[in-house]
This record gives sequence, structure tokens and C-alpha cells, in this order.
Amino acid sequence: MYKKINFTIIIFLGIVFFIPLLWVFITSFSTSKEVIGGSFPLWVSNPTFQNYIDAWNAAPFLTYYFNTFVIVFGILIVQLFTITLGAYAFARLNFKGKNVLFILFLLQLMIQPEILLFPNYQIMSQLGLVDTKLAVMLPYWASAFGVFLLRQTFKQVPFDLDQASRIDGCKWWQTLWHVYVPSAKPTYIAFALVSVSHHWSNFMWPLIITNSDENRPLTVGLALFAQSYETGAQWGMVTAGTILVIFPLLLAFFIFQKQFVSSFMHSGIK
Amino acid sequence: MDNTQKASKRKLSFSLKQNIFAYLLLLPSFIFLSLFTFYPTLKSIYLSFYSGPMTRLRFSGVDQYKEVFTDEIFRKVMMNNIIFIIGTVPTSLFLAMYLAVWLNKKMRGSALLRTSFFYPTVIPLIAVANIWLFIYTPQYGLLAKFLQTFGENGPNWLGNQSTVMIAMIIMIIWKDTGFFMIFYLAGLQNLPKDVYEAAIMEGAKPFQIFRHITFPLLMPTTLFVMIVAITNAFKNVDHLYIMTKGGPDNTSNLLLYHIYEAAFTNWDLGKAAVLTVVLIVVLLSITAFNYLFLDKKIHY
Repeated sequence: MYKKINFTIIIFLGIVFFIPLLWVFITSFSTSKEVIGGSFPLWVSNPTFQNYIDAWNAAPFLTYYFNTFVIVFGILIVQLFTITLGAYAFARLNFKGKNVLFILFLLQLMIQPEILLFPNYQIMSQLGLVDTKLAVMLPYWASAFGVFLLRQTFKQVPFDLDQASRIDGCKWWQTLWHVYVPSAKPTYIAFALVSVSHHWSNFMWPLIITNSDENRPLTVGLALFAQSYETGAQWGMVTAGTILVIFPLLLAFFIFQKQFVSSFMHSGIK
Repeated sequence: MDNTQKASKRKLSFSLKQNIFAYLLLLPSFIFLSLFTFYPTLKSIYLSFYSGPMTRLRFSGVDQYKEVFTDEIFRKVMMNNIIFIIGTVPTSLFLAMYLAVWLNKKMRGSALLRTSFFYPTVIPLIAVANIWLFIYTPQYGLLAKFLQTFGENGPNWLGNQSTVMIAMIIMIIWKDTGFFMIFYLAGLQNLPKDVYEAAIMEGAKPFQIFRHITFPLLMPTTLFVMIVAITNAFKNVDHLYIMTKGGPDNTSNLLLYHIYEAAFTNWDLGKAAVLTVVLIVVLLSITAFNYLFLDKKIHY
């Protein structure tokens, strides 16, 4: 009895949670007459691809896609490099000022680049980097979160393995590459998924630091596109644009659902 | 004697080498942290005490702080942040825990339901705003159409001072609940099984089990998620850009968006610096509170 009531509530909630996506998806295939008309909003009688064609032609989505890819992977690749070195130092070396440095790194978990929009803009303009993809990426090239996540994993690598590889004549980077990196594969995947989805979604920073379509990522492109077509008649087009932006993320999510969920879980256990 | 001296000498040179090695490993991270976290933080503090255009800055003491703290809009924005937190955090945490407790059981369809609650997490907030803008649109929006079947028309959700905040809160609950649910699912998986077996043997009722075992044991998760949720409430403001621009009359404005307005719409640099310092202090104190008090009492 208990169970039945609760599961009914949860199934009802599940449907309610799912409706927004379903509705956007359906609207993106509807003609403007159907959107504004009094028909049942979760059904489309004359599905059309026109909205997608219109949206694709109305804004340079291909450029936005390209920019997002460059930014997201440009951030990730450098992050993987910096966090691997940093994590190794914190996990396996003893050095002067370790605690102080550790706390300084911790600071970035609290004061994330997202909230430093204003001073970072000034720094970028001093560096002459306003309206470049590099400026979108730079503040994220160090990731305290990644360093701590990876440090935990590196600590669990048996120290004997490290020593053994040294005795075999490995240089430190060879040990790092052949012993530590392979054993931390799940952590790298978790970090990569969190990083990519985070920066794919990032909006405020790229909004202020870019001024041209050449450098705008998808999120900013979508916002500007949506703003210029806010009237009801063009909803089909705007929803189509929205689907274009979220589709790769949703697809990746549905395919790699298990990894996604465990990555986000992983990422919480700091 | 000789031996120990030698040993300590070797240790010293070894540690000097190791020190330099460690610093070099940390250098790449440190450069970017310094340039885009430490330096801008210090710069904001510095600029908050100086006024005037960038080229001719003049020391103005705490004048700009006074100005900001007596500003009606600033108070309203801070109040909004508090309302926003009170509106989103308890509800989404409660819902997340409730869903996790039930969806943790292996049942047909529970995986599908988990997906339905989690997918909003993957969608960028700006796209979420786009979707919900259409849900809340008067007359043609999904909500309006739904209400029309009951013969109601509903208010202009985003254009009305009395409804705009609640509309935002519902949207954020929709977006974040699944994210928090994941942490609870992880927390549930780590709970000791034997305690439950004992409780069932003793004839405890399901709600009693939840009240006396599950809820208290999930406390570390709850606190962690709470901190994440509160920080998110200060960090995530993308939706305002699409949905309301902080309006009507700043009823939905939040601190970070207010900084954006001050810095990039009104070009009031002193104010933007002061507001940034306020935000940094708020976030630091949330985390400090967590580490100093909550963490010690409950974690590990």
C-alpha cells in the first residue's frame, strides 16, 4: 500500500519532469500555426523539418559548434596536463610549503572563475585577448578540483610500484605515464565528462569576453539567436535551435548514462 | 656522528632537489591560478577602495562600500538571493532524498525514472531558460495552455512581481533535483546493510526506519549537497539573461547578475569591484563554515 502510493507519486513526478523536453522536441517539429493555435501542445499533426532548416540558416550554428568544440577540448587537454603534474606533486612528494600551497589551491574551489567575471575581463583586456577563444579558455586551465580528484586516486597507487619502475630505470615522467596515468583511468574519464559538460554549458564568461560570431560558443549563440526571435510565431525555430544545442549533450548522456552518473557522483566526493 | 651528519646532509640536498621538483610540477597550475584567481581577487579588493576611471584612480576609502550598502537595489538583490536559496534548497534536497530512497530499490522502470529526473542536469542553464521561457509565456505557453483547460488563464508569470521569483524557483528545482538525487543514491549505497536487517527483525515500520536510520545516516550527504546547492544559487545566473534581465523592477535579480549589470551595462567599475568582493566573502564564509564546523562534526 505504502509502496503503491509512493510509486504513483514518483511516476507522476517523472512524467512531469519529462514533459518540458518532450514539449520542446514536439514544438520544434510544429508549424507556427500549430504553436499559437489552440491544439493540444504535446501533439503535432503535421510534423515539419522547416524549423531546423530555418534555424540553421538564421544563425551560424556550424561556427558555434566548432567554437564550442575548440573551447571545450582546448580546456580539457591543458587541464589534463596541469592536473596530472599537480596531483602527482601533492600525492607523492614532500616539500616545503605543501600545506600553504594546498590551501591556495583549495581557494579556487570556492572562488571559481565564474564569479570573477569583472576583474578577469579587465585582465583579458590588458592582455589584449578580448574576443578570442583563448580568453574563454585561459581561466580554466588550472583546475583545483581536478588536482584534488586525481590526487586521491594517485595516493592509492602502491608506492612499491613507483619504486620498482624507478629501479627498472624509468625517469619520473615514465613512471607517471606508465604507472600512475593508467591506474587513474576512471578518474580521468570522470573528470573529462564533468569538465566537458561544464564548459559546454558555460555562458556568462564567454558572453562578456566574446564579441563576434567567430569566437562565440553555442550557448552564447543560442541566447542571441533566441533573443532576436522571441515572438510566438518563431517559437518553432527557437526550439529547433535549442534542440540543436542540447542534442549532442543529451545523446552523449543517454549513451554513456552510467559513466555520467558515476562521474557526477565521483565529482562530489571531494 | 660522522654518519648521521652525512645522512642529514644527503637528506637536505635530497629535499632541496625534491622541493624544486615539486614546485616545477605545480608551476603550470600555479601560473593560471595566480593570473585568474589570486590576482583578480586581490585586484577586486584593491579597486573596491578606489574610484574614478581606470586611468585616473583615486583612493576613496570605504565610500564605495557605503554607497553599495545603502543602495536599495543592492539590498533587494541580497534579499532575492536569500529568498531564492530558501525557495530552492530545502525543496530540492527533500525531493532528491525522497526520490533516491525509492529509486534505490531495484524495480522495473526505476532506471528510466532516474533518467527522467537526471537529464535536466545535462542541459545548459541557458537552454533551460529558453525552454522555460516558453513554458511561462502567457496565452501560448505550455503552462497557460494547461491552465486554459480549467478555464483559467494564469498570470504573466515572468512579468509579474509576485510570481517571477516562484517561477524561477520551480525551474531551478526541476534542473537541480536530479543532480542532488545522484549524491543521495551514492550515499544510500554506502549505508551498512546489517543495521537495516536488525531493524526489520525488530519489527520497525518503514517510516520509522527512514526517520531513525536512513535520515541520520544520510546527514553527511545532506550537508554536502546543501553547500553545493547554496553555492550554486550564487553562481548560476545565466537564466536571468534570457528570461527577465533581473526584472521586473529587480524582483528576480541575483548578486552575480547584478555584478554583470554594474560592470558591463553601467560600467560602474567601483561598484562592480565592491559587489565582487561581497560575493567572494559570501562564498568563502559558506565554505569556511562548512569546513570549520559542519565537516568536523559529521564527516569521517
